[in-house]
Amino acid sequence: MDSVNNLPVLVVIIPLLSAILTPIIGRIIRSAGWYMTVVATFTVFMMALSLLFSVLDGGAISYSLGGWEPPWGIEYVVDYISGFVMVVVSLLAFIVAVYARRSVELEIAEDKASFFYAAYLLFLTGLMGMTITGDMFNLYVFVEITSLAVYALIAMGKRREALIASFNYLILGTIAGTFILIGVGYLYMATGTLNMADLRRLLPALYNTTLVRTAFAFFTVGLSLKLALFPFHIWLPNAYTQAPSVVSAFVAATATKVGAYVLMRIMFNVFTVRFNMEVIPVTSILLALSSLAIIAGSVIAISQTNIKRMLAYSSIGQIGYIVFGVAIANDTAVTGSIVHIFNHALMKGSLFMVVGAVVYRTGIEDIAGLKGMGKKMPFTMAAFTIGALSMIGVPLTVGFVSKWYLILGALEAHMWYLVPVVLISSLLTAVYFWRVVESIYFHHTDGEESIHCVSSMNEAPAIMTIPAFLLAFFCILFGIAAFLPVSVASTAAKMLLGVV
Amino acid sequence: MKEHTVIRAVSRILIPFIQLFALYVIAHGDLGPGGGFQGGVIFGASIILYVIAFGMKDGRKVVAEKTSDILNSTGVLLYVLIGLLCLLAGGAYLEYTSLAAFFSGGEHSEHAKHLASHLGIYGIEIVIGITVAAVMITIFFEAARHEDD
Repeated sequence: MDSVNNLPVLVVIIPLLSAILTPIIGRIIRSAGWYMTVVATFTVFMMALSLLFSVLDGGAISYSLGGWEPPWGIEYVVDYISGFVMVVVSLLAFIVAVYARRSVELEIAEDKASFFYAAYLLFLTGLMGMTITGDMFNLYVFVEITSLAVYALIAMGKRREALIASFNYLILGTIAGTFILIGVGYLYMATGTLNMADLRRLLPALYNTTLVRTAFAFFTVGLSLKLALFPFHIWLPNAYTQAPSVVSAFVAATATKVGAYVLMRIMFNVFTVRFNMEVIPVTSILLALSSLAIIAGSVIAISQTNIKRMLAYSSIGQIGYIVFGVAIANDTAVTGSIVHIFNHALMKGSLFMVVGAVVYRTGIEDIAGLKGMGKKMPFTMAAFTIGALSMIGVPLTVGFVSKWYLILGALEAHMWYLVPVVLISSLLTAVYFWRVVESIYFHHTDGEESIHCVSSMNEAPAIMTIPAFLLAFFCILFGIAAFLPVSVASTAAKMLLGVV
Repeated sequence: MKEHTVIRAVSRILIPFIQLFALYVIAHGDLGPGGGFQGGVIFGASIILYVIAFGMKDGRKVVAEKTSDILNSTGVLLYVLIGLLCLLAGGAYLEYTSLAAFFSGGEHSEHAKHLASHLGIYGIEIVIGITVAAVMITIFFEAARHEDD
């Protein structure tokens, strides 16, 4: 019974402990890093799953660190949404960790490998902490842990540009972190508490003070930078393009999603829907920005020649979808957003893993270089195609499910003029993914390139293909069995918005 | 800095006292102002003073790269382990009073709980001190090395 009670803290402590042990053990046994990472991420995934199930059974779980009762001590809260996001993050962490082995062997120097895994686990620690914490200052601390780990991970990219990309992100990420900290400070100044539930109780009386409004503005801008909402997205394309393949897959699938989750928490759980709609018209601002993000992300993606960069711009559009649902702020649209956190993690994880596998085998990152790849790497490319179809939003894939809920939500809110945004962007998504799919299957290899490739079939190692394929399979599985994630997400959305 | 005999002599005299003061600040942390971070910074500063006065080569003889690397993570590791020890004793993470279970059988008197909490915080302060000092030293060596290049 005891160990069950302590699960909320263990999901944070286990990756932290393994992150510290990895470099120490890595000094003795070189290859230990990968095994430890896989075991640790799998354990965390199982724990997150069991936490989610116990929330589904018996409601939210609260854990007080050090036995200090909230609101004085730091509180960890597992409810529908945090349980859901933790399962998504740890699932992706595990699958990408399995995939990582060969890719890391190729892209990371051998003596740096154990540090790479340490940073990977530290990144997971930060993400789990950001998700589970019910304390504002603790949130800031985990945001910083996540950011520092991710700067290091991106800087390990094999080209020199990786350092510049990482440095740019470091500057912007630090500004974002500072803004969040200022927000936390102002809220503490206004209320004298850092506990989220306590803030929710105390804030409504202070909604009209400049201090609280300023705090909210700082949060919104800081988090928009973290989750790369459209005008704040400049750091993202370079970071995703230059990072090692494993990092692109993991970060693209999880980091910005957790940022979006934190935005939801603060908008709906610390503040209320009433505040967002009536006191400051933040939902309309976010609606405009996210619509821009959806369209602009897709348009810029069309003109890219590097496939990683194309996926990065597509991520900006997809983050737009999540914020779009949040900004509509009714329970159907927010359900769409929460489901899209899961769905986009599956799709982007799978797509970036496929690209990583292609880079592993051929070193090609240009879309033009993918010609005839459908024959050379049929399984990998099948996974890519499923991911691409899902991104477009073809029925029976997960992409369709989230777009369906977003459109329904927009219609329910009588914002019919938003429907074309989603539809046009699906069309644009089809354009830029079709370009890739076309060159994969319908172009024959030029004579010049076939010299490089002796055997006609040259599949990536199974340890890379299977995880990518598994995520692609999930894209279809949860596109058909959509009720599984949707039922959790819709309960989570109702609780966030206070409908229940 | 070979010719600066005064600096070297003064550092040699001062460093033990600085380190003693650092230990005092760490040990004092649970009851008064001070604590692991402050003490660690002072301890790290004493090593930095040594390196400034005697040079990088002699400095690395005192604290080898491997030592500071290992100490960096050892501090955090011990911190996590103290937290987990509290779990083993049946309390919440970092709930020091539960540590009483280890030295007073089944019943925890107020005195035992008080002592446990005391020891728990002591442990935490010490390991924070180790990490902070090691990180200060590492950062200084890294920065100084790039200066050399």
